[in-house]
Amino acid sequence: MWPSMLTLGGVALFSALGLGIASRFLAVETDPRIKQITDILPGANCGGCGFAGCSGFADALIKGKAEPGGCSAGGIAVAQQVGNILGIKIESGPKKIARVFCRGGIRHARDKYSYTGVKDCKAAAILAGGPKACEYGCLGMGTCLRACTFGAISMGPEHIPVIDTRKCTGCGKCAAICPKNVIRLVPEAQRFLVLCNSHDKGKTVKDVCQIGCIACQICVKKCPAEAIRMEDSLAVIDSEKCTACGICQGKCPQKVIFWTDEQGMIFVSEEGKTVAKAC
Amino acid sequence: MIKLKTFPGGVHPPDRKSLSVHKQIEPAVIPNVIVCPMSQHIGAPCQPRVKEGDKVKAGQLIGQADSFVSAPVHAPISGTIKAVCLAPHPIGKPVMAVTIESDGLDAWDDAIQEDLYYSRLEPKDILNRVRNAGIVGLGGAAFPTAVKLSPPKGKRIDTVILNGVECEPYLTADHRIMLEEPEKIIAGLRLIMKVLNVDRAFIGIESNKPDAIESMSKVAKGESGIYVQGLKLKYPQGAEKQLIKAILGREVPPPPCLPLDVGVVVQNAGTCLAVYEAVRDNKPLVERVVTVTGSAINDPKNLRVRLGTSFSDLIAQCGNTNGSVGKVIMGGPMMGIAQHRLDVPVIKGTSGILVLNRKEAAKQESRACIRCGQCIRACPMNLLPNLLGIYCEKGRWEDAEKLHIFDCMECGSCSYICPASRQMVHLIKLGKQEILSIQKKREAKS
Repeated sequence: MWPSMLTLGGVALFSALGLGIASRFLAVETDPRIKQITDILPGANCGGCGFAGCSGFADALIKGKAEPGGCSAGGIAVAQQVGNILGIKIESGPKKIARVFCRGGIRHARDKYSYTGVKDCKAAAILAGGPKACEYGCLGMGTCLRACTFGAISMGPEHIPVIDTRKCTGCGKCAAICPKNVIRLVPEAQRFLVLCNSHDKGKTVKDVCQIGCIACQICVKKCPAEAIRMEDSLAVIDSEKCTACGICQGKCPQKVIFWTDEQGMIFVSEEGKTVAKAC
Repeated sequence: MIKLKTFPGGVHPPDRKSLSVHKQIEPAVIPNVIVCPMSQHIGAPCQPRVKEGDKVKAGQLIGQADSFVSAPVHAPISGTIKAVCLAPHPIGKPVMAVTIESDGLDAWDDAIQEDLYYSRLEPKDILNRVRNAGIVGLGGAAFPTAVKLSPPKGKRIDTVILNGVECEPYLTADHRIMLEEPEKIIAGLRLIMKVLNVDRAFIGIESNKPDAIESMSKVAKGESGIYVQGLKLKYPQGAEKQLIKAILGREVPPPPCLPLDVGVVVQNAGTCLAVYEAVRDNKPLVERVVTVTGSAINDPKNLRVRLGTSFSDLIAQCGNTNGSVGKVIMGGPMMGIAQHRLDVPVIKGTSGILVLNRKEAAKQESRACIRCGQCIRACPMNLLPNLLGIYCEKGRWEDAEKLHIFDCMECGSCSYICPASRQMVHLIKLGKQEILSIQKKREAKS
C-alpha cells in the first residue's frame, strides 16, 4: 500500500508545484478593468454593440475602440458606470426603442402570391421581394423575433411583430435584420408615429393595403406646428417640432398615425374612441 | 451502340417531354406591344439608346452594352417607342425596359442581310458579330457568349462541347431545333471552333432523344473533328461541369475556376444556331424558341418567339390554361423561376414557360433532416447539402462557407430527392446572399 500512496502523492505534489509555478510565471496580464466592465454590462451577449459579446465590448472599451454609450441594451445607467471606470463623463441622450412601421397584416394587406418556401423573411425576400403585394410591407415570418436576444418581440394575431417596449433595449438587432427596413429605432419619448413604410403612390398603396399612407398631405396641411413633412410619398413626423396636439391623428383618412403613452403603449383612434393597442 | 457516358451523382425526375416533343416549332404571333428589359443577361445592364416617340426597325440597337461582361439589346419588332421606364421582369424586381408598339409592318433593319462570304471571315470579325448581336447562352443562364469566346491570354482551349442535353424535364426547345435545323447548329459550332482555334468538338445528347442523336450524327458525319456523344439520362447532365466530366472526364476546379481552365468551352445548341444566324445574316438575337408546356396548358407547343412577348400572350396561343393553375415557372421545373404575374416578357434566357396544375405544384411541409444521406449521393458537385441546409437554417454562415457553399449551382437535386421535403436550395440561396454581405463587411473593415 505504501508504495502506491507515495507514488500518487508524489505525482500530486509534483503537479501542484508545477501548476503553482506556472501560474506565477506564465500568467497572462489582463487589465482588471475588463472584468469590472464585463460585470457591469448586461451579459446578454446580444452583439448590438458590434463586438463579439459583452467581454469583447469591454475589451474594445479599454482599447479605446468603442464608446461607453455603445451598449444600447444597458442604456444610460450602464454607460455612466462604464464611464466612471474609464474616467469619461457621459452625457445622456434620449433613449431609443424599436418600432414596427407597418400594420398591414393578413387582414389588411394583400399578397401577390402564395409562398411555400422557407419560413424566414430574408429567404422570402429573395423571391420577387416576398409574397406581400406591398413592396415595403412587413413579411411577417418572424425573422426579427428570432433575432431578439431580449425576448421583446412576439408575433401578433395579424402576423405583424409586436414589440414589448418595456423589454426593448434598443439594441437595434431587429432593425438590422429586417429585409424590408420595417423596424426602425425611434426616441422612446416620440408621442406620435406614422406606422407605414410605403413609399408608393397613393393609388398603388390603396391597391395593395387598406391601412397604408397614401401621401394625401392632409396631416402636413393640418399640423399647426409644421412638424410633418412628406418624404418620398410617406409622412414623417419631426419629433422635436411635434407638440403632441393629436390633430394629425384625427385627420388621417387612412388611420396610419398613432400616439403612444409614457409606457410606450400604442393607441389608435377608432370611430371617435381611443383604444389601446399593443404594438 | 456507343457506350453512354455520365457523371457521378444526380437524380432521375420523370422527363415529361412527351407533352411537346412531337410539336414542330411554329412562329408565335407577333404582339402589338413588346417590352424589352435592358437586363436580359448575366452582367452589367444595358443603357437605353432610344427615347419615347422614336421609330425603330426590327433588329435595331436599343440598349447599348458599355462593359465587357454584357450583351446589347435589339428591337424585336418595328414600331414606335412608347416608354422607357421600369417594367416587371421575370427574375423578380422591376428593371429598366423599352416598350415598343408595333407598326404592324415587321420591317427589318437594312443591315440585316445575308453575307454570302461569311465563311471567309476572320475569327475576330466573327467574334465581333457575335458580340454586336447580343448573343448570350440560351440554355437559361444567359451568360454573354462573346465573353466565353474570348478566353484570357495563356488559357489554351482544346475542345468545344455543344450542349444538346436539355436535362430539365418538360423542355423540348433544343430537342426540336436539333431535329429541324441540325445543319445550321453545326455550322454555328464550326464558327465557334474557328473563333477559338479548336479542331475537336463533341455534341452531348441524352439518350432520351435518339432522333436528335440520329439527326445530328447524320450532319456531323461529313464534318471532321465533330463527334456526337450519347449520354445517360440523368439530371443535371446538361450542367456545364457535369457535361465536361461525363464527356472528357475532366473536373473543373471550384470557383473562381471556369471550364476554360480545363481547356473546354461549352455552348448550348440554341446558342450555336443564334451564332450562325448572327454571323451569316448579321441578325441580332431578337427571337428564340420557347417551349410552352405543362399539365395545365391545353395545347403545349414549341414556339419561335420574339423577345419581349408577354407570357400571357404565349399561353393564350397554346389554347390557354385548363383552370387549375398552381404555378407558372420560367424555365424548367428544377431550376426555373416561379412567376407571380403573367405580364412579364420573354427574355433571352427564357427556355420555357411551364404551367403546373394545383396538384403538381402543391408542396409538402418541410420537416427535420432524418440524416438519410440521399442528398449527399445525389449532389453532382459532391457537397453536403444536408449540412449546408441545416447551417443556413440556423444562421451558421461561417460553417456553411467552410463547406464550400459557393460551389453549389442550385440544381435542385437535393431538394428533389429529400424524403423530409427540406428546401435545401432555398436555404442555400439565402446562405449565399448572407455570406456575400458578410464578406463585403469584412472587406470594408480591413
